[in-house]
Amino acid sequence: MAQMLLNTPLHDRHAALGARMVPFAGWEMPVQYEGVIPEHLAVRDDCGVFDVSHMGEFEVEGPRATALLQATLSNDLDKIGPGEAQYTLLTNERGGIIDDLIVYRLDGFRYLLIVNAANRESDLRWLKEREIPGSDVRDVSDEYALLAVQGPRAIERLGLPEAAQFTFAEGEIDGIHCMVNRTGYTGEKGCEVLVMAEDAGDLWDRVLERGAVPCGLGARDTLRIEASLPLHGNDITPDTDAISAGLGWCCALEKEFSGAEELRELKARGPERKLVSFVMEEKAIPRRGMAIEGGGEVTSGTHSPMLDRGIGMGYVLADSATPDTQLTIDVRGKLRRARVVKRPIYKREE
Amino acid sequence: MAASESYPDDLRYHAEHDWARVDGDEAVLGITWFAQDALGELVHYEPPNEGDTIARDSAYGEVESVKAVSDVIAPLSGEVLEVNAKVVEEPETVNDDPYGEGWLVRIRLADAAEVDSLLNVDAYKQVVAEA
Repeated sequence: MAQMLLNTPLHDRHAALGARMVPFAGWEMPVQYEGVIPEHLAVRDDCGVFDVSHMGEFEVEGPRATALLQATLSNDLDKIGPGEAQYTLLTNERGGIIDDLIVYRLDGFRYLLIVNAANRESDLRWLKEREIPGSDVRDVSDEYALLAVQGPRAIERLGLPEAAQFTFAEGEIDGIHCMVNRTGYTGEKGCEVLVMAEDAGDLWDRVLERGAVPCGLGARDTLRIEASLPLHGNDITPDTDAISAGLGWCCALEKEFSGAEELRELKARGPERKLVSFVMEEKAIPRRGMAIEGGGEVTSGTHSPMLDRGIGMGYVLADSATPDTQLTIDVRGKLRRARVVKRPIYKREE
Repeated sequence: MAASESYPDDLRYHAEHDWARVDGDEAVLGITWFAQDALGELVHYEPPNEGDTIARDSAYGEVESVKAVSDVIAPLSGEVLEVNAKVVEEPETVNDDPYGEGWLVRIRLADAAEVDSLLNVDAYKQVVAEA
C-alpha cells in the first residue's frame, strides 16, 4: 500500500526552490535545498529559515487547564506567566518521555503546546484520556504553519525588537499577523513564527526577501546535534527517562506529575546510564545505533560542519559520563576513539 | 563548487555507479556524478589500505555525506597501489571533480578480461535514466 504523505502549506515553495524532499513523520519535507553544509553555515553566520509546519499545535484551555498540564507535564507552569514559554516533557507512568515540547502560556487559563510531528497523535490521545472537567484539549495543527527563523542576524533581518529567550508576543512581519516565539532548535538566537496556514506562503516569501537562507531537515539535524539538543525518537523515547537524559532541570520533582515518583527514586539512586555528548578523536562519523564499548550506544551522530569532525550523543555507563572520558565506538567493525564533552558540543564564542 | 552532471565517454562504468579509467594493467577508480549527487556533500572517505586486494562487485571502501554512508563497489579486481590522499583529507573533492581530482584508488588489475564486463557510457546512462 502506498503511503500517503502530508504536505505543508509551503510544499509548492519548496518544489520551486528545487528542494530534495523526503518522507519524515508522515510528511513530505525538504531535507536540503543547496546543501546541508551551506545551509548549516548560513544559520551559524547569519540567518536561515526552516519550514517546521509539520509540528503539532494543541490548545489547552479552561479553568482547570493548568491542573491538567501540571499533572501531565514535567516542568512547573507556576514558573511562567502570560507571554512566557517553557521547555517541558510529557511523561508516562514510568517516567519515560512520551514527547518533549514547548508550552506557551497565553493567559491564566489558556496554553499552546508545540509538539513533535511524529508524536502528535499519541500526545493528543494521552492528554485527551486525562482531560478533567474544566479542561479542553484541541489539536489545532491544521490551522497553522510554523517557520523557524534562526541565526545571529535573524531578529534584525525580520525587523523585530529584541526580546528574551522563551518569551513570545503577537507581532507583524511585513504586515502579516503572527505569533513570534523566541525559541528554536539550533543553538542560535532567533524565533519560531506561528502563522495562519493561508498566510504561510506570503510570510515565507517575505522572510526569503529579507535574506534568510532556506534550510532543510538535514541542517536542522546537524545544528541541533552541535547544540546538544536531544531529538525525540533518537536520544529520548518512552523507554528512556529525563534523569538519565540529563533533562532533570526541566522536571519539577517537588510536584506530582505522571512518573514523578519513579523519577525521584531514580534521581536518589543515580541512573545506570547517562546521555552524553561526544566528539570523535579519529576520522569517522558516528551514527545512530553504533555500539559504544562498555555497554553504551550512539543515539545521534553526524559530521559537524563547525568542528569539521564526527560528533554525536549516546548513552554510556554513568561512570563514563564525565567530560574528557575516552570512549571507543564501533564504526562498522572499526574501533574509533571519541571523547565525552560538556554540552553543548558547539557554542559561539562571545 | 559541485560539478554539473556528466559521464565521460572514455571511462568504463559499473551499475553500482562507479567508474574505471583503464590504462594498460592499471586502473583508476572512482564514483560517478550520479553517486556523489545522490549522497550530497561528502565529509568522509574510508579508504582501503595500499596493498589490499579488492574484488569486483565487492565493497572496497566507504564514502559518507552528512546524512548517509555508502559502500564503494569495486568495478574491477586488483591490488591497491595508491589511495587518493587528497580525498581522505578533503572528501568534498569528489563532489567538485568526480572524474578528475576526486578519484579514489589506483589498482593493478588482477584480470584484464574483467574490463569487458563493464558498461560503456551509453549503457551506464541507461542505468542512470532508470534509477
